[in-house]
Amino acid sequence: MAMPGTLDSANLNGGQKLAVKYFTVALALFGAQIVFGLLAGIQYLKPDFLYGVLDFSVNRMVHINALVVWLLFGFIGSSYWLLEDEAGIPVVGLRLGNLVFWVFTLAVAVVVVVYLLVQIGPGDHSTLWLINEGREYIEAPRWADIGIVACVLAFFFNVAATFAKGRYTGIGGVLVLDLIALFGIYLAGMFYTPNISVDQYWWWWVIHLWVEATWEVLVGCLMAYGLMQTLGVRRKIVETWLYIEVALMFGSGILGLGHHYFWIGTPEYWFTIGGFFSALEPIPLVAMVVHSVFDSGTHNMKNNNHPALAWIIAHAFGNFFGAGVWGFMHTLPQINLYTHGTQWSASHGHFAFFGAYATLVIAFFYLALQKWRGNVWMSGGLAGAWRWKWALGLLNLGMVGMVMAMLVAGYEQSQIERAIEGSSWVGYFVAQAHPWFVQGMWWRQVFGWMFAAGFVLLVWDLLTLGRGERRPAQAHSESAPR
Amino acid sequence: MSHTEWWASESFWRKTAIWVTAGSFVALIFLTLDSMSAITAGSTRVPAYSVINHRIDYVFDEKRNFQVPVIGVEEPLFDQTLTEAEAEALVSRGKLTTQAKNCMNCHTLLGNGAYYAPDLTKAWLDPSWGSKDVREQMMVDFLMNPQDRLHNGLGRRMPNLGITEGEARATVAFLKWMASIDTNGFPANFTPIDQSDPPADDASAANGSPIPQQGG
Repeated sequence: MAMPGTLDSANLNGGQKLAVKYFTVALALFGAQIVFGLLAGIQYLKPDFLYGVLDFSVNRMVHINALVVWLLFGFIGSSYWLLEDEAGIPVVGLRLGNLVFWVFTLAVAVVVVVYLLVQIGPGDHSTLWLINEGREYIEAPRWADIGIVACVLAFFFNVAATFAKGRYTGIGGVLVLDLIALFGIYLAGMFYTPNISVDQYWWWWVIHLWVEATWEVLVGCLMAYGLMQTLGVRRKIVETWLYIEVALMFGSGILGLGHHYFWIGTPEYWFTIGGFFSALEPIPLVAMVVHSVFDSGTHNMKNNNHPALAWIIAHAFGNFFGAGVWGFMHTLPQINLYTHGTQWSASHGHFAFFGAYATLVIAFFYLALQKWRGNVWMSGGLAGAWRWKWALGLLNLGMVGMVMAMLVAGYEQSQIERAIEGSSWVGYFVAQAHPWFVQGMWWRQVFGWMFAAGFVLLVWDLLTLGRGERRPAQAHSESAPR
Repeated sequence: MSHTEWWASESFWRKTAIWVTAGSFVALIFLTLDSMSAITAGSTRVPAYSVINHRIDYVFDEKRNFQVPVIGVEEPLFDQTLTEAEAEALVSRGKLTTQAKNCMNCHTLLGNGAYYAPDLTKAWLDPSWGSKDVREQMMVDFLMNPQDRLHNGLGRRMPNLGITEGEARATVAFLKWMASIDTNGFPANFTPIDQSDPPADDASAANGSPIPQQGG
């Protein structure tokens, strides 16, 4: 056994050794996401910047694809992280899981290199198969789609077979069923049709049923495990909450899909169905806030991993505000007619992806770091604790700043481009040139740099926090009286 | 920990979660089947591809209280009347081109995509093209060589994406067809390009009737 405080893979079980590989790639892709986001942001201010070399479309594509893939890697890593703890046995088929990790990572690297160097192709099927499918968020060419499905099937086999052979906890059961849905839905995006209404109908099945349904349930599972780990909350409590969240999340989120079907050619009944159910979508997010804050309170905030719990709390609030409040603000068709496809969407997208997903994956980075160093002390009085606190502060403030700047720009756009100018191209450019819009883009860039500084600090912290720490992790307090 | 009420029990919520999820999913399946029949090309809401042989307008409908596409007189694209199969092949090539050139990571289509360049839902009808007589050729020229054309006062320019003439014409066909989709009044308050023939005598463009059903 190595000295506590040093990174030693002997401190990890098999699934966790694989998890930290996924986490490492996830963190690198998070960095790439930020870099390409900054480049795209600069192009709003200086349109000639990298014009013809890395155009906005390329930077933006890499920005959002890095996002999707780093979160997926984070989720896969987190699932491997908790797998042996939950199932009580070593991962079934771990060698396959390891092999798939390298294949998956290599495939992602090839896709990104092609995005950057080839970028586009002729207007035929060969481009869709080899270079870029040209559909937002799921641009990966078809060969990569098939590769992703194969990799993910192997991952699913690891998870399902391990739970089946070991024990099925409530978290395990929800996780396995959710993964079936999550990856099954991806297939809905893997076809070509000239009919753009049909195309976007199924495209939203993938995007919406991922980020507003199955991903939310997945992070519900991760949060349940995270609260047990950091606070020592009893399983019965987190699993009951998890079922409540699943009922509310799927009960609102599945038909909430209808809020994407207002303007793509689909029938008018989606106004009612989409408006009603998507307006309910914040309810489970409120439940998550109550759940995490209540549990923290009953344990008097006494926990064994301060940075991880801080990020879990950031997740609860970020999910509620970013996905819940920001989504609700423009989900009803009466307002969405004027906000759909403006900086409102960008404001909501940034806040929701960060608040709901990035935060919780970062919490798992800290859970992993603690265990990797030999389950060392990560509570109060930690050496160099300013770093994680400043990283937390800069990342969250940077994000909120960007979100607010884009929201102001979105307000202006929905008023001037949409309501006054009647959505013509001239109206679009009048709105883009308006000082309120331009100021919004400048502030977005300033807060983007703040966010990037927070990321640098986060990486530094993940490399150093707990180094040389000899104290064992703080024991959980007895469960709260109620 | 003593007795747990039924409404706070794990098993009650597990069963609720399963039933709610299953019920919602079944409802979504039925709605999807219905929506698919409503948006197949050739339906009332999404016209057949051969609609590009006709004038397409966007007119306020009193009954529905928003603008709807109206299909007018014969006005073939590039003066060539196409069969349904030819029209579909052309529109499809245009759609492939929009995907292969990654249009959606600057523009929005039906409001979805990126926000760096204007929405393309009604690109065919945008008044920026000036007059309908020069529109088709202007669109083709612009798509093939956008980099040195006047765009806007911001300095934002579309890059040269190596679009061939065939691809550009197909893209225009796709954009014309997309403008005929009934999008429930999105975008709102839109003033389309003037397409009336001097002297204006075309009744179908002005009567505000909903889209006529197209042959499949």
